[in-house]
Amino acid sequence: MAKISIIRELWDFMKVRKKFWLAPIIVVLLLLGILIVFTQSSALAPFIYALF
Amino acid sequence: MIFPEALFKEKTNIMYILGISAFYHDSAACLVKDGNIVAAAQEERFTRKKHDMNFPAKAIEYCLKEAGITINDINYVGFYDKPFIKFERILYSAFQYAPIGIGMFLKAMPPWLKQKLFTRKVIHKELKYEGELLFTEHHESHAASAYYPSPYTDAAIITVDGVGEWTTTSYGIGEDNKITILSDIKFPHSIGLLYSAFTYYLGFKVNSGEYKVMGLAPYGKPKYAHIIFEKLVDLKEDGSFKLNMQYFNYGAGLTMTNSKFDTLFGDKPRKSESKLTQKDMDIASSIQFVTEEIMLRIVKHVYKLTKKKNLCMAGGVALNCVANGRILRESSFDNIWVTPASGDAGGALGTALFIWHQYLDNKKVVIDNKDKLSGTYLGPSFNSSEIEKFLIENKANFIKLENSELPGKIADLISEEKVIGWFQGRMEFGPRALGARSIIADARSKNMQLIMNQKIKFRESFRPFAPSVLEEHVSEYFDIHQESPYMLFVADVAKEKLTNFSDNQDDKCGLDKLNVIRSEIPAVTHVDCTARVQTVNRDENPLYYDTIKKFYEKTGCPVIINTSFNVRGEPIVCTPEDAFKCFMRTNMDYLILGNYLLEKEEQAELKNDIDWKNEFELD
Repeated sequence: MAKISIIRELWDFMKVRKKFWLAPIIVVLLLLGILIVFTQSSALAPFIYALF
Repeated sequence: MIFPEALFKEKTNIMYILGISAFYHDSAACLVKDGNIVAAAQEERFTRKKHDMNFPAKAIEYCLKEAGITINDINYVGFYDKPFIKFERILYSAFQYAPIGIGMFLKAMPPWLKQKLFTRKVIHKELKYEGELLFTEHHESHAASAYYPSPYTDAAIITVDGVGEWTTTSYGIGEDNKITILSDIKFPHSIGLLYSAFTYYLGFKVNSGEYKVMGLAPYGKPKYAHIIFEKLVDLKEDGSFKLNMQYFNYGAGLTMTNSKFDTLFGDKPRKSESKLTQKDMDIASSIQFVTEEIMLRIVKHVYKLTKKKNLCMAGGVALNCVANGRILRESSFDNIWVTPASGDAGGALGTALFIWHQYLDNKKVVIDNKDKLSGTYLGPSFNSSEIEKFLIENKANFIKLENSELPGKIADLISEEKVIGWFQGRMEFGPRALGARSIIADARSKNMQLIMNQKIKFRESFRPFAPSVLEEHVSEYFDIHQESPYMLFVADVAKEKLTNFSDNQDDKCGLDKLNVIRSEIPAVTHVDCTARVQTVNRDENPLYYDTIKKFYEKTGCPVIINTSFNVRGEPIVCTPEDAFKCFMRTNMDYLILGNYLLEKEEQAELKNDIDWKNEFELD
């Protein structure tokens, strides 16, 4: 359920920000990201600002 | 007679807003009741994990307990930034720097896909809350934390930090209950990140070592400032700026600076904990100078544009109290107010007040020209029976002092050069200890700076200590002519209080400068004859004021040392247990917990506490 609503929220977000060009990037990057999550056990972002 | 219906109606009309900052660094919670700040605290104080970034469950639990309510009584929850816009920035950066940005992307994605993208769900779930949840922009939260608690109803606002969603610097105005952001500078061009890049290069931790760079700066000379301006920063007349990203790696990589930056300054980044060289100090001095110059130019532009008399500031860079001191002296604003929780923890306060004033359109009222932070004493307190119970359970030896005798007794101990852990009343909100969770000592002592750094705080010898001074005496000792209750302005020690140290002594280099006695209050006089001043008045903290007053009556000196009650890497103590442990582990001589005085020599050693120095990661 949460996964579906997040897709809706992301879609609303792109509509409001008028950034539809982000859609294919989001899809590809999300797929890649999901792959990363599933292929590693733990992940801690390094403590630098840009990642935040 | 009041009818029960009337009571019920009155109760339901109370508006509670819970502000939250979380998931990046310095998680915190703040509770606002009808526009008044009831409670605020950082999560790190409860979890004992410095800069804790996790959901602030314990801080929220405390806030609700303080108000005597449950989550069901909350009308609005505010989150201090907009995760999707931040996510957009990260994707954009990864795309822009592809394929180089892949490393950053790989590291950044897991926490986003596991948690941060689902911030809304996480908050509802953690709180078991179904009501309205609002998200304010990061710099809106900072601006709100600066303007709404300030003692002004008409002011210019400047926010400067590392980065929020996209914005790194913004300015605007606050008029009555509305904030309007007029302009901003966006990532990757950032003063906060520029300062953090040098913090990283100098071998300190990003996001926590910046104040060490500020403390180190006076040991050096700004020899590299011209290189920074020529190569790294393109600063315009109106204070807007661009960074030359060829020298930085934070846009796409996992370090702050790159090899080109190393070549520019002739060395690789300093290794953490290695010996500090004069060059390190000169670089620290240079970036501090550059930061001050950029800030001053922004402030001057904002004054020219807004013509306001008052200025409010927030954001991590607003904790640079040396820059704030220069702004106070050199800008045209009549009054300057910097919010004490200027970092991201203050976002919890900002978002709650933003909802109350901007979203719900409630009036901003200033009473007696006072700010709304009550000295920042917004955290937990412990009553006498709780403290006594703890001390008895832990077989501590103590004596109980009456309120009337406490200030005199503590003043006597300070004058005997004893170091005292001071634990009184409600804990401070924000990074500074302001006389609720402090370590206090004699500012006149020649050896105290060294003793406190090495035997009490276990930290680097170059770091300065700050003074607490009776508000009515501040101008006698320091070149500052307004109150500074939150220790956010650095000022020169008054000329009359400086001692005649010879030119020969003044020529000393690097850390040798430490050994020169420069004033009547050497323990709080930094090597450039300045101090980070906290003024104390009786209204905000009567017990602390009375103690300093007694010290003044006894010695003629209205100044004492005030440093945070913790050791290096440890969050400031929160509970009597934290305070007792910290007291027992260090070389403090006395601990005053509420009315209970403990002498170190009278205590039995802590059992099973051999490895405590590894408990806190060094900052």
